[in-house]
Amino acid sequence: MTTLPATTDKKLGLVIDLDTCVGCHACATSCKEWNTGGYSAPLTDQDPYGADPHGAWLNRIHSYEVGEGAGSRTVHFPRSCLHCEEPDCVTVCPTGASFKRVEDGIVLVNPDTCIGCKLCSWACPYGAREYDYDDGVMKKCTLCVDRIYNETIPEEDRVPACVRACPTGARSFGDLGDPDSAVSQKVAARGGFDLLPEFGYKPVNKYLPPRKPASVTASARAAPAEPPVEADGSAAERLFAWADRVLSR
Amino acid sequence: MGREPAIDLNVPVGDRVAQTTCYMCACRCGINVHLRDGPDGKPVVRYIEGNRDHPVNKGVLCGKGSAGIMQHYSPARLRAPLRRTGPRGSGEFEEISWDEALSLATEWLGTVRKSDPKRLAFFTGRDQSQALTGFWAMKYGTPNFAAHGGFCSVNMAAGGLYTFGGAFWEFGQPDWDRTKYFMLFGVAEDHASNPIKIGIGKLKERGAKVVGINPVRTGYNAIADEWVGIRPGTDGLFVGALIHELFRNQTVDLDYLVRYTNAPWLIIDDPGAPDHGLFARGADGDPLLYDQDSGTLASALAGGTSAALTGVRTLADGRTARPVFMLLAERFLDAQYSPEAVADRIGLEAGAIRRIAAELARVAFEEEIVLDQPWTDWTGRRHETMIGRPISMHAMRGISAHSNGFQTCRMIHILQILLGSIDCPGGFRYKPPYPKQAPPWLLPHGALCDVRPQEPLGGPHLGFPLGPEHLLLDGDQPSRLDKGFSWDAPMSAHGLMHMVINNAAKADPYGIEVLFMYMANMAWNSSMNVPGTLDNLTTKDEAGNYRIPKIIYSDAYYSEMVPYADLILPDTTYLERWDCISLLDRPISEADVAADSIRWPVVEPDRDVRGFQSVLIDLAGRLGLPGFVDDKGAPKYPGGYPDYMVNHERQPGIGPLAGWRGADGDKTGIGEPNPDQLERYKANGAFFATHIPPEAAYFKHANKAYLEWAKTMGFRGETSPTIFQLYCEPLQAFRLAAEGHGKHQPPERARKRIATYFDPLPFWYEPFEGQMVDTARFPLHAITQRPMHMYHSWGSQNAWLRQITTANRLYIHTSVGKRIGAKDDDWVWLTSHQGRVKCQVKLMDGVNPHTVWTWNAIGKRRGAWALDDDAPESKQGFLLNHLISELLPEGGGGYRYSNSDPITGQAAWFDLRVAIEKADGAYETVPRFEPTGTADLPPAPDKLAFGKQFRTPR
Repeated sequence: MTTLPATTDKKLGLVIDLDTCVGCHACATSCKEWNTGGYSAPLTDQDPYGADPHGAWLNRIHSYEVGEGAGSRTVHFPRSCLHCEEPDCVTVCPTGASFKRVEDGIVLVNPDTCIGCKLCSWACPYGAREYDYDDGVMKKCTLCVDRIYNETIPEEDRVPACVRACPTGARSFGDLGDPDSAVSQKVAARGGFDLLPEFGYKPVNKYLPPRKPASVTASARAAPAEPPVEADGSAAERLFAWADRVLSR
Repeated sequence: MGREPAIDLNVPVGDRVAQTTCYMCACRCGINVHLRDGPDGKPVVRYIEGNRDHPVNKGVLCGKGSAGIMQHYSPARLRAPLRRTGPRGSGEFEEISWDEALSLATEWLGTVRKSDPKRLAFFTGRDQSQALTGFWAMKYGTPNFAAHGGFCSVNMAAGGLYTFGGAFWEFGQPDWDRTKYFMLFGVAEDHASNPIKIGIGKLKERGAKVVGINPVRTGYNAIADEWVGIRPGTDGLFVGALIHELFRNQTVDLDYLVRYTNAPWLIIDDPGAPDHGLFARGADGDPLLYDQDSGTLASALAGGTSAALTGVRTLADGRTARPVFMLLAERFLDAQYSPEAVADRIGLEAGAIRRIAAELARVAFEEEIVLDQPWTDWTGRRHETMIGRPISMHAMRGISAHSNGFQTCRMIHILQILLGSIDCPGGFRYKPPYPKQAPPWLLPHGALCDVRPQEPLGGPHLGFPLGPEHLLLDGDQPSRLDKGFSWDAPMSAHGLMHMVINNAAKADPYGIEVLFMYMANMAWNSSMNVPGTLDNLTTKDEAGNYRIPKIIYSDAYYSEMVPYADLILPDTTYLERWDCISLLDRPISEADVAADSIRWPVVEPDRDVRGFQSVLIDLAGRLGLPGFVDDKGAPKYPGGYPDYMVNHERQPGIGPLAGWRGADGDKTGIGEPNPDQLERYKANGAFFATHIPPEAAYFKHANKAYLEWAKTMGFRGETSPTIFQLYCEPLQAFRLAAEGHGKHQPPERARKRIATYFDPLPFWYEPFEGQMVDTARFPLHAITQRPMHMYHSWGSQNAWLRQITTANRLYIHTSVGKRIGAKDDDWVWLTSHQGRVKCQVKLMDGVNPHTVWTWNAIGKRRGAWALDDDAPESKQGFLLNHLISELLPEGGGGYRYSNSDPITGQAAWFDLRVAIEKADGAYETVPRFEPTGTADLPPAPDKLAFGKQFRTPR
């Protein structure tokens, strides 16, 4: 069906920090807002004010608990296309509409040649493709290809809309093919991981695991749990004597 | 197969960018609105992003702000002024012209002003223009004005302002760049949405410890390093136990207490005397302390003394007095605040409480920060460095919305102060114009004896009483309709908006003629007891007239409140309006900068709507209100709100906006009006910011450079310091009255209540509902949280945001689900002493086992907000409001107090106690109200393809 480039010059992608994501949906709505008027325009919404509102979103956030009881934790998990190195969503495409760019590795859909057969969404184990029922074509994260090279916007803004918006700084963008890039360094330092590596699609996007919780040493001045026998007076008397001593120094 | 298609990578975002201020919540972030001209020449909003230069959000934007386009193009927008034609609630209206609408409003308001101004009640909701609305109400002359703080967060504002002249709320922030230990109490997504997110991101990056104290582990609490899943309403026990441990371990900052607080001030110890428990004062009225150097009593305001924190002292009249420090220590060293005593009740092991106290001590005293920044304190003493105790705290709704919230809030501030961590490097920092004096030198106005036809009130409505002599009473009856500043809620610094409709309908304490409200969904999610509120809005007298005869309401959207009003003044969207986020009110300052901002119409309305503030100024001109008309009676601000923002002067040279004042725009803070001021704001991203000098950046309450700078900015009238009030003397003044002292005496029913709760030192008590209902029958606590992607009722009508959450569930602990045999999506009955609601559950582990919770304001009423009748928001979505009574159960004597904090009148939303049982299969929530009519709004579209018009031709 559709062939993949043997290699790509860059591996542009996102690094998403699960330690700081609070699940606020800023990345999801800023993505929707940018892309509904961008390369994928529009991201149609069906029944937007009715019983079953649903539309095309290129980025969705899932909040859920993992584990049980005291060992459980709440996870906020943003999900979008991982721009895999070897994605089946491209190779299954019968028309060549799905393609992986040679220069940066971004996986895109050409809306002019997409026939809406949905084979790609069946092929993607990450659920990252979104069918637009009105347009009749498949839509997906473009890594804001129409922002990141866009010379009509300030250079510092040439990042995907989700990265631009994220209030906690949980999202970064860069070349994961370059081991010296800031994103690669971050992945190395924090033990960034692939989502479902066992499928072998080699996702470019990486997730950073929650950090080990910060810990603070207890002050040595803290008295033992069980108050000792009050040989030297009540706690109040001892406090006042201490205060007198300190303040008369 | 196939070659890569050519893609135009350089499509301009829009034709131009307009910078204004977001209004998708109360956070007030700066935004860049990208506009593209449509084929008809009218601009369409293409994209909204954060303004990188803005002091609040520094470029980022939250999930709400990024969905602003759908708010702006909402099908629920009102289109023209409306006059009710059917019965209230029917949604039957006729469109009328603005001339008719304003004439009618002027007639209604003018008649009342000529006869009895108190028969107007003017209350505003989530607006940010209280400097204007309060001024308007003052000039009108009604005592019945407040904004929505009474049901929002007055416990935080008042608790802070009475204690240290600042507040968590919007008046301060953690030192995000330096703090090493951050405690977050009861915060979901309240004020400061983006600053908290930015800050927590910084803390996690630096490895600072974040402790989340909240019954629910979502959002910020989900990523906290430690989650303390406390039982609702017991924060005061937790904090009290931490204070107990700090005292027991002698880990408090004595120097800080001596320098900046009333810890050394002497308290008269003479039980039964009319001045028992007040500060011992010298002949000049100054409070006294014991000076160790001279061995004498000395003025506590003089400075330069060597104050003692301990010791019983003899006063000139032979009586004895003890310093505040001793009383405070004895209060919290009492066994009732020991970790062992409180552990079970709050749901945390004693060892964990001791550990957290020891961690606080470690960071405060063994990991202090020293900045090489010399500064001079108010006494003139120079300090070579700034020493920081890098512990910061933030608290909001979870503290505020309980009837013990004021005292609990004070307790948290006292914990901060004992650690020496207020406005020090790494601590909690004031934002200008704070600190004010503690409490601010501002008394409430509006006693009925001062209310006269056609005359303005003698001063602002809201203030900070110091004792019973400052209450607003008419005999022993409240002067205000909401009973603010009466014995029911003596220190109600924000009024009690949640009581207005109930009291007006019941003529308790008196009836009114006109109810005038703005941007507050009082017929739905902003009221307790929605069914009762709807009854109150529609109840009629024997003659068949509504007991609240006339209701004027302004809103931009067809909310649930609109159908209950008689005259609708349609407001604009946030992108079409002028606004002023003023240093006179609730500014956007950050700890290092004083800042204010504007909104301006980046797009013109395409409907016959007007910004409410301009309408209010128009009405003021028609009514001839002083301050709004000149000597000849002509309107002073014919250009509406922008005219007022530039030309109004509260005092000579001080106006709504602080930036670019003076004829040439070269003055800051104080200066004559500048006709070019708004253009300067627009050119600067719609905000003004001026930096605080580095030597003034910390210890603002006692820093000579800051106090002098604040005076030149017009923030303070004087350069005397703010002294932290560990001991809150005004509370004792009320308590003495309750014990029979003084000429201002509470009614008998209120004596015990005042004597109990007006303790000048904070203490914990069981929230009222828990005290008064059978907790064996209602064993669970029920609370709400605001989702990060929605703000009140606004968000859940938004076409994008409602796709994220279309209906709320009741979240219950797994063990509760097991006990009642419920699994995800099953239906349950939730019952309180007030009523019952049928809803669907979802089970989770990350919630206090005694607590159930849901997202607030997602449940909607059929007919409202241009949503279809079968929208999940109304079919499955529900409100806890139906379960919450606006009145407490009858106590002794048959009087029903409002369901509020006894000190501030803050609505006690989170005191709710409930029982849960599994319900038989059902597919919709109960109660499900009849649809409101739709005021002939056009039907909402069944498809949105927003952005199609921007598609690049291929």
